[in-house]
Amino acid sequence: MRLVLRETMLAFRRAPLLSALSISTIAFSLFVFGLFGLVAVNIHAAIGTVAERVEVVAYLRRGTPIEAITLGMADIQAFPEVQSVQHVTEAEALARARRELPEFRDIFQDLEVNPLPASLDVRLKPEHRNAATASVVAERLRALQFVEDVRFGNDWVEKLDRLRTIATAAGTVIGAAFALVAIIIIGNTIRMAVLHRSREIAIMRLVGATDGFIRRPFLLEGLTKGLLGGLLALGLCYGTYSLVGIYHAAEFFTPAESAIGVVAGGLLGLAGSLVSVGRHLRSV
Amino acid sequence: MIKFLNVTKDYPKTGAALKDVSFHIPKGQFAFLTGHSGAGKTTALRLIYMAEPPSSGEVRVSGFISSRIGARDVPRLRRRLGIIFQDFQLLEDRTAEENVAFALEVTGARRATIGPRVMRVLTQVGLAGKAHQYPRELSGGEQQRVAIARALVNDPVVLLADEPTGNLDERATRGIFQLLRDINASGTAVLMATHDLDLVKSVPAHLVELQHGAVAYDSAEETGAERAAP
Repeated sequence: MRLVLRETMLAFRRAPLLSALSISTIAFSLFVFGLFGLVAVNIHAAIGTVAERVEVVAYLRRGTPIEAITLGMADIQAFPEVQSVQHVTEAEALARARRELPEFRDIFQDLEVNPLPASLDVRLKPEHRNAATASVVAERLRALQFVEDVRFGNDWVEKLDRLRTIATAAGTVIGAAFALVAIIIIGNTIRMAVLHRSREIAIMRLVGATDGFIRRPFLLEGLTKGLLGGLLALGLCYGTYSLVGIYHAAEFFTPAESAIGVVAGGLLGLAGSLVSVGRHLRSV
Repeated sequence: MIKFLNVTKDYPKTGAALKDVSFHIPKGQFAFLTGHSGAGKTTALRLIYMAEPPSSGEVRVSGFISSRIGARDVPRLRRRLGIIFQDFQLLEDRTAEENVAFALEVTGARRATIGPRVMRVLTQVGLAGKAHQYPRELSGGEQQRVAIARALVNDPVVLLADEPTGNLDERATRGIFQLLRDINASGTAVLMATHDLDLVKSVPAHLVELQHGAVAYDSAEETGAERAAP
């Protein structure tokens, strides 16, 4: 192991320019992929914010006793799709309408009777904020005796669903393309490092080194370069994020996502080395 | 110890490099493999260190047989051979000592034993004082001595030399040749591929001459034939 470490260090020291070049190549290809990831993360967050508004509102019949409502709320809370249920009384509904619709304030001011019904505002769990689940829950609410009507903005929830599907599909395709480009570039970078040392490999073989022995320093080198490139890419992404953050609030990767990114860089380096060295050893 | 049995080596593009070649180099012998360039000397050596298999026939080297050797056994065979080349094949960014030590390190030799063994062979080739110099700081003859030290450090049963004096002036050539003779005198077989006929004539030794990939002359066969004759 000590020998492998020494040979790896030696490789960095003897070809510092080539090493720096491959690390920055890896870093930039991961950076491009990372930028795409940032965009995806932020689109996802934006859709999530919009989806938070997906709410099923059950309007209650006038005069429903509060005990019946309380019992009903407990039942609804027990639905697997439901995150929370909030009871909005008639007075609260009016207050909210005054607050949220200032242009109609005058009308609401002059009212003698409150025309707004009380309601139960049902919020769904994040994974259920789509048209299909919302209409299932709406149907179930409609069946309750004290419920007069149910609304959930069918139209725009469906649009949200479509937007989500498009974002996911485009994200997967573009992400895969970027990842593929990154893999090809990283693979070629490491291949260059292998070719640079082909003479050394030939000599190692002549003096009786096994393929495993020849491979090990290259694998460690690839892993190290990948990890360093990954760290550098993460730094670049963070820089870009900070820069954008001056003008516009944005989200960054979570620590776990960042770690996965760096480790993925390392694994790409390792895999690239494995393929390049393997191919080289088979060809000579 | 090295045995060629009806060995033919065909290359798809350039045709046959060796045609039905048979010869035998016993243990501890000094042998020449001669012939013009392109006669098949280098191919024969490559088959000995099993860089490639023969197209037909069989090569046997120190218990390893070309038709049965697995990829994993090739490094084991190479550790029993010492190989030197016309262009020395040294690693430019390592000192003489490191170049020699490298051959031991790849075999997984114990660290403590490496230093003394390296110094022993460097002394044997007369380079003890230049252990810390890089190849570019050494003359051609000295670089070849480093290569020979590297070849010897694993105590090989045979030293294969592919035109070892091809890049050297006459003085260095004589020095290297004498060194190879000394190595042979201490029990290691030497098979030297060369087209330098002056060298070949200068000492009595087993001589195999290749012409266009076939054995044109084998001094061992001749003596055998003479003995067989009435």
